[in-house]
Amino acid sequence: MSLHDHAPVEPGYEVHTHHGDYVRIWAILVVLLVVSVAGPFFGHPLVTLVTAFGIAVVKAYLVAKNFMHINVAPRYVAYLVGTCLMFMLLFFAGAAPDVMKSDGTNWNKPAWVAAHEAAVHGGAGHGEAAHHE
Amino acid sequence: MSASPIATTRTAAGMPTGRLAVWWVIASEIVIFGGLLGSYIMFRLSHDAFAAQAAHTNTWIGAVNTLVLLTSSLFAVLGHKAADAGDGPKAARLLYLTAGGGLLFASIKFLYEWPHEIHEGFTISSGTFWSFYYTAAGIHAAHVIAGVVIMLIIAPRAKRNLDLHRVELIGLYWHFVDVVWIFLFPLLYIAK
Amino acid sequence: MATAPVSHSDSHGPGHHAPGFVEKYLWSTDHKMIAMQYLFTGMAMGLIGGFFAYTFRMQIAFPGVDVPGFGVVSPNEYNHLITNHGAIMIFWVAMPVLIAAFGNYLIPLMIGCDDMVFPKLNRLSYQIFLLSALILIGSFYVPGGGFAGAWTMYPPLSAKPEYGLTPLGSTLFIVAVALEFVAFLMGGINFVTTAMNSRAPGMRMYDIPVVVWMIVVASILFMASVGPLIAGAIMLLFDQNLGTAFFNPDKGGDPVLWQHLFWFFGHPEVYVVLLPAVGIVAEIITVMSRKKLFAYRTVLYTTFGTGVLSFMVWAHHQFIAGIDPRMANIFTITTLLISIPIAEMMFVYIATLYGGSITLNTPMLWALSFIAEFLIGGVTGIFLGASGTDIYLHDTYFVLAHFHYTFFPIAIIGTFAGLSFWFPKMFGRMMNDTLGKIHFWGTILPFNCIFIPLFVLGAAGEHRRIFDYSLFPELARPELRHLDQFATVALLIMLSFQLVFFYNLVTSLLWGPKAEKNPWQSNTLEWTADSPPPHGNWPVLPTVYRGPYEYSTPGRDQDFWPQNVP
Repeated sequence: MSLHDHAPVEPGYEVHTHHGDYVRIWAILVVLLVVSVAGPFFGHPLVTLVTAFGIAVVKAYLVAKNFMHINVAPRYVAYLVGTCLMFMLLFFAGAAPDVMKSDGTNWNKPAWVAAHEAAVHGGAGHGEAAHHE
Repeated sequence: MSASPIATTRTAAGMPTGRLAVWWVIASEIVIFGGLLGSYIMFRLSHDAFAAQAAHTNTWIGAVNTLVLLTSSLFAVLGHKAADAGDGPKAARLLYLTAGGGLLFASIKFLYEWPHEIHEGFTISSGTFWSFYYTAAGIHAAHVIAGVVIMLIIAPRAKRNLDLHRVELIGLYWHFVDVVWIFLFPLLYIAK
Repeated sequence: MATAPVSHSDSHGPGHHAPGFVEKYLWSTDHKMIAMQYLFTGMAMGLIGGFFAYTFRMQIAFPGVDVPGFGVVSPNEYNHLITNHGAIMIFWVAMPVLIAAFGNYLIPLMIGCDDMVFPKLNRLSYQIFLLSALILIGSFYVPGGGFAGAWTMYPPLSAKPEYGLTPLGSTLFIVAVALEFVAFLMGGINFVTTAMNSRAPGMRMYDIPVVVWMIVVASILFMASVGPLIAGAIMLLFDQNLGTAFFNPDKGGDPVLWQHLFWFFGHPEVYVVLLPAVGIVAEIITVMSRKKLFAYRTVLYTTFGTGVLSFMVWAHHQFIAGIDPRMANIFTITTLLISIPIAEMMFVYIATLYGGSITLNTPMLWALSFIAEFLIGGVTGIFLGASGTDIYLHDTYFVLAHFHYTFFPIAIIGTFAGLSFWFPKMFGRMMNDTLGKIHFWGTILPFNCIFIPLFVLGAAGEHRRIFDYSLFPELARPELRHLDQFATVALLIMLSFQLVFFYNLVTSLLWGPKAEKNPWQSNTLEWTADSPPPHGNWPVLPTVYRGPYEYSTPGRDQDFWPQNVP
């Protein structure tokens, strides 16, 4: 017994998505996971970056394409998702020039400067760290 | 329960309304997590102290939790396949397995990982890294739990072959939750 | 294609019982009833917001006066009043009335379906909205009083109780705003999905009435922009209550991050409220001038462009916050650019009116005044969008006058325009046009008398958000005090004329002449339903044959051609 108790409307979309080999995709995802965990052990920052974030992008793409079937859905879905991601890049681009600095026009962040000094000098320059231009 | 209006059954946009609505939910969630993670990345790239604090997260637990979510996503999409084939009981079983994965994820986090970190003195106010860590992972975990609850509502009806289309819809949401974690994992656990 | 579907007007489950009072008025899932709930809640909140404005304007014009109906205003109360006036008017008046009420009412009717696609989600969205309003009002009565740190909630004032003096009120304020966002996210999904999927057979994208497009685009803008602020609100909540330091520079945070998170949403938000009002005006001017909309597709594409561009201008609210000057340059350029599409839409409306057979009734007066007043608002925005002049004008009354010249047309003129236009359909009665015109002039003329003086005051350097200028003499212009008093008296006059509206509203509802289906002889689908439409809207859902603006088509007897007539 369905909730829709009137004559069925002809669907204007693909009713059944083509179901691929989901276990195979899952296996690839697991292998990628292992690689991303192993990445830092190579000790090279660039390797870590590529394995951690590059792989994250690949995994997200695999899930979106194979599990969420975004490539079967009408094009505007992919555009919608892409646009929202672009907006996040835009937000980052607009805010980062302020948030990532420790000083600017008529302001500074004393705690940031102090923390930086402490990190650089390993805590030895504690007294000087309180002063700033 | 009254029947849904004719409006719900129309598909001028080429997709069933439920699926269309879930994609809009996903779009609005992208910008919520995006704002939070964007802020985290800004701090992360400009604070040297972050890396030192981040070293204290447990990469192995994070990896295990990633595996749990990936596997639960597999169950979710297999459930979708079963629902499309009209096999309600099988779809329900797979939904329960997916929900189980979500509960396992939450249990590992709330019953082991976080108590351990709090015991070691890393609370939400211990430092900006930890504030972001608990906030981001916490909001994500809230989405996991919400997904589990919805699955537990859909599964019993699916077992009786009712509203099988909803199996795909909750699966779609679940995959999104998985994708968020796919990015959270390297941000909080690997980049040290 | 299936034959014309029959709606479920009487399928309320087994027994076909007529709904009782609770089911019909309080627990309804019918989009029209939910629209009314939003409308009346929004108007009630408008009364509260208006009362706050009256109170603080009295304090500004006559410092220390015992305000009738309130008492003497203390400094913290003043801050509380201006904070909540702003928040209420934007989140609990403009949004619920323009988007939720008109959107809920019009979208299913104008696209020819029987309800929203998710009626129960619709009901839930109103209930969450109502809860948010109650929490906000509740916040006024907790120990310490309601939040008083400006509707923009900048930390550390909003994060540290020792600065803000309202520990509980601050938290409740954020919770109320967050719940309101959740309600509108739900509503937005409903509106967008319904408009995309549930159109009548034959209604292509370019046959959709402009107001539906505008509300849909507004909902999309809202959904795409509110995320960072939701994240920020949670972060602020944690800063207030859990000792985190996201925005606390003493402990490694950054207060400017909050500003970016807030305004990334805050700027698209103004277009979220603007677009529905612009849409309402389009519907009225086409009907009342018996003319096709001048450039339908141009209006559409302009709207899409404005929507996208609106995401790129936000930091013009932060020019003096110490942002990177190179970013200020970029935001100046984008801000000045965005004035172009909006101006172009106003020109399209004027072109639509040109050569038309114009009826100057109440809805048309409101629609025309929208164009005129909004132009003033838009033009004065140019001075603020350019970072150089903004350095001088920021935080002065110039800013305030600018945004009231935009918000007032949006929220007040837009509402009265829409209400007077669709009143016959909503309530089955005609409003009194003479009273409507008296109310119109009694609102518009005093409105200008309030805010033009404020432009002068602001340009002269008088600062906003100051309770007592004796403490900040450099921020005042005592020689212009008479302008403040003039503005306040004008406000009192404007508020009195609202009584004419309420009188008209009540008497028309009770005793107004019965309205026929299509008193304005309009083309759009809602006018083919009964006045008011029954549950399910039509016994047989309509089919559409053309666009909505075929007025005065050559070769036809009638000067209009309804969309559902072959």
